[in-house]
Amino acid sequence: MESFEVTKRHDGDVVVLNIKGYLDAHTAPRLENEIQSLVDESRYNIVVNFSDLIYISSAGLGVFMGFIENIRDNSGDIKLTNMNPKIYRVFDLLGFPTLYDILEDEGEAIKKFSLNQ
Amino acid sequence: MSSKKTQYQLKIPGQTDNLELIRLFVAAVADKVGFAADDVSKIELAVDEACANVIKHAYLKETKQPIDVVIEIDFKKLAIIITDHGKGFDVKKISKQDVKDYIAEMRVGGLGIYLMKALMDEVEFNSQPGVKTQVKMVKYFLKNGELKLAEEK
Repeated sequence: MESFEVTKRHDGDVVVLNIKGYLDAHTAPRLENEIQSLVDESRYNIVVNFSDLIYISSAGLGVFMGFIENIRDNSGDIKLTNMNPKIYRVFDLLGFPTLYDILEDEGEAIKKFSLNQ
Repeated sequence: MSSKKTQYQLKIPGQTDNLELIRLFVAAVADKVGFAADDVSKIELAVDEACANVIKHAYLKETKQPIDVVIEIDFKKLAIIITDHGKGFDVKKISKQDVKDYIAEMRVGGLGIYLMKALMDEVEFNSQPGVKTQVKMVKYFLKNGELKLAEEK
């Protein structure tokens, strides 16, 4: 069966979530729970690395929409990195690149957080 | 020119853990009939969005009711008809949705229909509340394919 996995690691004040597999209406609640637990711990500097993500539907994009306002209100951000062209196209179709910080590389995203502090 | 249609059908319980099977079915048929990988992934995502909407909005996550996915292939197009027997909705309201409002307001949900329209060549809703609701989505094999094939006559 296809699957979805989230793994979490810390880089200073930044939390990096690696997402892997298929992110759809069935698996999106797992990512939602993971980000909710970060918000509950007042961790607002979040990088999501998409390098191992194969598939995303709007349910996956909805997860980021659900948190971004609260996180930015707390001086944080969700930065999205390492998307393959197929995944990026879905974000692009919905106009996300103008509203979200989508970067080529995870390291670049972590550096941007440290520059802002 | 032959008007013969080939039909493929999947009837499956409307629950989110079946979205994967629905995608596999649709992608396999689209690939088999000759769509390029890029179009296969567009068709797969459009159908996922349609079925996820049925599960969430028509069936309100009540999992016992089926979703019927029919794919019809003819010489110029692939048509997918997704039928549910959920609560239905006012089709006129759908056509007035503007994705910019959703994005600007960071509102969760409501993006699926916009994606379906962006990914497919035609999307049409037909809802008879309490009876059935259908969404029909079409992808042509070629842009202007009708004209090019007509010239072959």
